[in-house]
Amino acid sequence: MHHSIVVEDLSFSYSDGHTALRDVSLSIQPCEKVALVGPNGAGKSTLILHLNGILKGQGRVHVCGLDVTDKNLARVRAMVGLVFQAPDDQLFSPTVYDDVAFGPLYQGLPQSEVEQRVQEALAAVHMSDYARRVSHHLSVGEKKRIAIATVLSMKPEVLVLDEPTAGLDPRARRSLIHLLAELPLTMLVSTHDMLMARELFPRLVIMDEGKVVADGPTQALMDDIELLEAHGLERP
Amino acid sequence: MHAHFLDPYIQRASPIHRLDPRIKLVLAIAFIFTTALTPPGAWPAYVLLFSMVLAVELLSDLGVGYVLKRAVLALPFVLAAVPVLFTLGGPALVSLPVGRWTLELSQPGLERFLSIALKSWISVQMAIVLASSTSFPDLLVAMRAIRIPRLLVSVFGLMWRYLFVLADETLRLMRARTARSGQSDLPGLKTGGSLLWRARITGGMAGSLFLRGIERSDRIYMAMVSRGYDGEVRSLPLPALRPTHWLVLVCGLGILVLLLLLAYLV
Amino acid sequence: MLYSPEPMHIPDGFLSVLVSILLWVASILVIAYALRRVSRDLDERKIPLMGVLAAAIFAGQMLNFTVAGGTSGHLMGAAIATILLGPWAAILVLTVVVGVQALIFQDGGLLVLGANIFNMGVIGVAVSYMAYQTVLRLSGGRKWGIFAGGFIAAWLSIFIAALAVALQLALSGTSPANLAVPTMGGIHALIGIGEGLITLGALAFIYAVRPDLLSAGKESRGSGVLVWVVGLLIALGLAIASPLASAHPDGLEWVAEQKGFLDAAQGPLYSIIPDYVFPGMSNEALATILAGILGALIVFGAAIAIAYARRSRQQTDQTPEP
Repeated sequence: MHHSIVVEDLSFSYSDGHTALRDVSLSIQPCEKVALVGPNGAGKSTLILHLNGILKGQGRVHVCGLDVTDKNLARVRAMVGLVFQAPDDQLFSPTVYDDVAFGPLYQGLPQSEVEQRVQEALAAVHMSDYARRVSHHLSVGEKKRIAIATVLSMKPEVLVLDEPTAGLDPRARRSLIHLLAELPLTMLVSTHDMLMARELFPRLVIMDEGKVVADGPTQALMDDIELLEAHGLERP
Repeated sequence: MHAHFLDPYIQRASPIHRLDPRIKLVLAIAFIFTTALTPPGAWPAYVLLFSMVLAVELLSDLGVGYVLKRAVLALPFVLAAVPVLFTLGGPALVSLPVGRWTLELSQPGLERFLSIALKSWISVQMAIVLASSTSFPDLLVAMRAIRIPRLLVSVFGLMWRYLFVLADETLRLMRARTARSGQSDLPGLKTGGSLLWRARITGGMAGSLFLRGIERSDRIYMAMVSRGYDGEVRSLPLPALRPTHWLVLVCGLGILVLLLLLAYLV
Repeated sequence: MLYSPEPMHIPDGFLSVLVSILLWVASILVIAYALRRVSRDLDERKIPLMGVLAAAIFAGQMLNFTVAGGTSGHLMGAAIATILLGPWAAILVLTVVVGVQALIFQDGGLLVLGANIFNMGVIGVAVSYMAYQTVLRLSGGRKWGIFAGGFIAAWLSIFIAALAVALQLALSGTSPANLAVPTMGGIHALIGIGEGLITLGALAFIYAVRPDLLSAGKESRGSGVLVWVVGLLIALGLAIASPLASAHPDGLEWVAEQKGFLDAAQGPLYSIIPDYVFPGMSNEALATILAGILGALIVFGAAIAIAYARRSRQQTDQTPEP
């Protein structure tokens, strides 16, 4: 059980030439909860996509004790739960049950195990009654929670979320923050929501223009107004 | 994260880029038609046709390497013509014993095969130059000019507009599926699920795309109605063609006719 | 490129001019009629709907699933378009999809575009409609009818269209019928299963989420019967003609050979210049060399022209502002 993320000197450029990451280094310990902040285009989403091998750059990415290489991709994806920003693109099955069951089913787990995991995952996001519902018809807040459940059912060691509170009304946001507070996993969350970052995440990583510009205790960094403003952030 | 690489249009300041899209479309089609009309084995004509398309590629400032690279994509279909090497009767060049049978590579067969391959390769290069040197809105103008009905042209336009949006969505759907395609550490498990299950998931993704597309089209319709749309397609009249462009058109067509005559004379 | 073409889009050069033109005429006639029907029957939403669905089918063709080892299954979309939109709008949607594929992505030629539209848009749609409506009626409109009908419609649309492609290649003298038909037929019988499965998955999703959309494909009695009959005739016609063509290639070969003979015959028919100008060098070789020289001059000229244009552009860029 490693529960950790280590990124060493990661660089990545998109095929159109845009350099999204420049020598990014990051180390997250087991059970740490880290918020990743920065302006749009800083490279937060790009970095996240490297953590389960969807994108491959130069440098080393090491998750849960495994190097993220072609050989290990299948194992890495079972251990790193990635929740994307737009829930619509994450819920691609007709019913909630089908979506949450996809991960365990793909891994070839027996039916009884799959059943149990779906129940547990839905319970963890407080949506146990939603199993037979059609994903398409849910509200944004509900979809976001189901999207988290689709990943929890794989029992990952690390949870990575891209903008979990974007587009949520205050009630849905509050309920999501409660949910994230309850989950005992190692967590890396990319967000614009500075209030949530201060509330939930003891450690803050600030990215700008593809580089890590600051990495330290959330409280201390958030008191440095100059630093925040220099990178397009506001003190909550 | 974007599918913008789907758009082959490359902006350059070349004379080909500046040429009126209507002229370009007509000439490109005329060129391909001429190529198709040249008889098999008319090597001099093929050389000239290839030179012409090469010259156009150079003039378009797109880079010959770029065009040739894209032209390779059309190659696989050439396999469909391979049998003609052996089945067209005539003096045999090479005999290949294969098992019980003997395949005889005949000269007419080789000639026919090479002709097909060359003509296809030359044609596709011209099509690539057309697509890479003409922006899609300009191509729509060209379509209207050759009298394609406005309803159809509108559908083309809307398709293009939402193609990239939907391609992005498709990319993200596939990424989401990949992100949840993991391998458990428990021994002895078969990953991937059954073929049927994978097909059903993929079908579901397609269904989801279509569904969201249909609902999005409702919102597009509402936006159109809010700006006065009533079902009728109205568009501005096309600008008149400049004399230079007429000249290019006539010269281009003239050269092609000449080439065709030459091909049949020799 | 993410998008991998199906082996059904014919490139330029593989069909004879005659076959290309005939199929263009056929396609244009059908498209013209489809336009009239769609203008009349569908409401104002039709244009955004067809546009977005064309985009969805195109994007949907990027979707794949691993079949075995390195191969993957893809979607063509005639069946699903027909089920969702009805035959006439589906014909237009597929025309736009195939048109964009040819024009922008060179997936399929421009001269043979008429043939590609006919194979995938007209044959694909007509056969899908016939199969789907038949199975649906047989099931009395029940759920299994939708899914079985969808699968069969999708499979048939691919298989029958592939037979059409094979026959067109044979008639053009590009590929002998006794090889083209079984090969195209065989490969697409398998590919059709992939199409069928994806279509099935899509229908299952839509049925679960918006079942009302599946009843939209109903046509009025008149044209519905027309499409159904045409679909049946095409399917039967090709299904019968194909084995005949492969078993007795002489028939089709005779036609192709006549054409090939004609092509070759046109050479000497119009030959004015005697066969040998220089001793030891045939007319043809000389002509090729001359063509090569002329061609090189053309290319050289173009290279100089663009270099000159670039240089003069640079100079104007470097001219200091007054």
